[in-house]
Amino acid sequence: MPKMEVDVDKCKGCYLCIQVCPKKCIEKSDKFSKSGYYPALDSKEGCCIACQSCARICPDLAIRVYK
Amino acid sequence: MQLLNKHPESLLDVKMHYCPGCGHGIIHRLVAEVMDELNIRTKTIGVAPVGCAVFADTYFNCDMIQGPHGRGPAEATGIKRAKPDSIVFSYQGDGDLASIGMAEIVHAAIRSENITVIFVNNAIYGMTGGQMAPTTLMGQKATTCVDGRTAKQAGYPIKMSEMLATVDGATYLERTTVHTAPGVLKTKSAIKKAFQNQIDCKGFSMVEILSMCPTNWGTRLDNPSEATKFVAEGMLPVFPLGVYKDLKRD
Amino acid sequence: MAEKKLMKGNEALSEGAIRAGCRFFAGYPITPQNEVPEYMSWRLPQVGGAFVQAESEVSAINMVYGAGATGVRCMTSSSSPGISLKQEGISYAAGADLPIFIGNIMRGGPGLGNIAGAQGDYWQATRGGGHGDYRCFVMAPNSVTELANFPHKCYEVSFKYRLPSMVLADGILGQMMEPVEFTTPEVDPKTLTEPAWALGINNGRAKRIVKSYDLKEGGVEIMVNERVQRYKAIEAAETMYEEKMLEDAEIAIVAYGISARVSVAAMKLARERGLKVGLFRPITLWPFPKARIVELSKRIKHFIAVEMSLGQMVEDVQLALNGRSEVHLYAKPGASVINAEDVCNVIEKIVKKGAKEYAAAK
Repeated sequence: MPKMEVDVDKCKGCYLCIQVCPKKCIEKSDKFSKSGYYPALDSKEGCCIACQSCARICPDLAIRVYK
Repeated sequence: MQLLNKHPESLLDVKMHYCPGCGHGIIHRLVAEVMDELNIRTKTIGVAPVGCAVFADTYFNCDMIQGPHGRGPAEATGIKRAKPDSIVFSYQGDGDLASIGMAEIVHAAIRSENITVIFVNNAIYGMTGGQMAPTTLMGQKATTCVDGRTAKQAGYPIKMSEMLATVDGATYLERTTVHTAPGVLKTKSAIKKAFQNQIDCKGFSMVEILSMCPTNWGTRLDNPSEATKFVAEGMLPVFPLGVYKDLKRD
Repeated sequence: MAEKKLMKGNEALSEGAIRAGCRFFAGYPITPQNEVPEYMSWRLPQVGGAFVQAESEVSAINMVYGAGATGVRCMTSSSSPGISLKQEGISYAAGADLPIFIGNIMRGGPGLGNIAGAQGDYWQATRGGGHGDYRCFVMAPNSVTELANFPHKCYEVSFKYRLPSMVLADGILGQMMEPVEFTTPEVDPKTLTEPAWALGINNGRAKRIVKSYDLKEGGVEIMVNERVQRYKAIEAAETMYEEKMLEDAEIAIVAYGISARVSVAAMKLARERGLKVGLFRPITLWPFPKARIVELSKRIKHFIAVEMSLGQMVEDVQLALNGRSEVHLYAKPGASVINAEDVCNVIEKIVKKGAKEYAAAK
């Protein structure tokens, strides 16, 4: 099952990943990180198709995509 | 389970200081991925500008030099002529390249310096807090044109790729964008070509990359759609994407 | 017996730099130093070096900043207004501890001035010129042979202590022709060890950064203080000067460069008139030979600075002496050439009238 994971220490909550995800797999966390951002959440269960759009547009290398 | 996107070795695994939603981080990563794929990391010397990307010298995992505002193409010329076996890139913003550095970029193209230029165009000055850039759009507001750019006061935005295309020494010029995922992919292949050209000694190559600056555009940092909309609807008509020069050269 | 060759000053400087290992030059045409880039353009490729005629003096200094960062012996040259343009780049090189070499063939200023030889850039050369706390190693030749041989010393000092170096000459020296003897050894850059800070093909070693900034609190203070230690070491070990007839002198002319040549004639003329005059010639302008001047002031009570400026070097003489002896000035700015007769007359007036400061008589 493909999935994407967010490194919450690196994520700055810009949500470009949410904007580009074709399957709407990513949501915002309601807990803020140590850096003070509300990071993006790991992809919803069973949703990710590993297209890597999120990883490609993430400016902070905060996303890892697994297949 | 296999990790599909490893962290590029040519970029140090450190937190970068860029604002949320800024295009610099994307572009740094693309340059680093290309350096890895072309296996040039250990012979690349990068020139960091003055601007938000001044700290590129600490981010890239190769020899780096940071120098005066706008002079990157001149520094790159000196490095490349002194060490022709190295791969040299100059990473510049729109103030660095199109304002104070206008003479240096034009003449590096005239001389067809065998270097790779990464030109990040976000139509505004970032590091200094949002002043007008040579590429700022008509009517676009900035701190030195608070009611929007007017022709009478400040002329018109400069199209660098179009202008440099008239220079015979320019070998490859392409304008891309990083405001969409397909745009990011296209940007990467343009960057790869610009570096490959240097490896093949083809002469001057530049990729002009339209990029987001949510902070100084005044768009929300937690909703990227305003910024990406500015690129799509504001910048693309003025700065059309595409290849402006692609000489084969023997 | 070493071979002597008749050479023009600018060309001797260029050949001297190449003999000293220079393998990259960037410059821009400006009178009276055009022979330097012209000579470099055909001579450098002969030794496997690279030449670029840059689009401006600003671009040239930045090319040299880049080339210098790779550890290559490099050079740029210009004349007064062009050296003004280079100041930011020189400041960056000083801040990045790079051993770049600059030649200034001075002309009349300020502004466009004229194209004749002058000595109006002393302050610019020794008081920074560029922004921030830094020093450059500055040598002032007074002959074409010195122009030919000083680059060797400049490269040695600048690479050893990691700072920019400069040969400060003028349009007369640059244009005149004299027999040249190369007394310094020829340097083959291939035999030199690459410096530990040089950027280049790194084959897996740790990355290197050449930069001049540190935004952390106290960072620049630390960098500057460390540089100050090197500057002190240079002052202690690399100060150079020449003395003529000072053993019994009552008046010492202090002059550098072309003014020193005229001053030799003035000194001899004065001696014929029964005046005990000698010449103290600073060769390094920074470090200025302060200690030696102070030593001389124990028995010499009158120093007269002779320079083709409004009076710039004289301030270093005053600073060094700190009131120990009288300091006089014969200054002729605007590239007007001094002559021995005038200098000698002024010395006579000093002796007779005890005048403190004496501007050039028309």
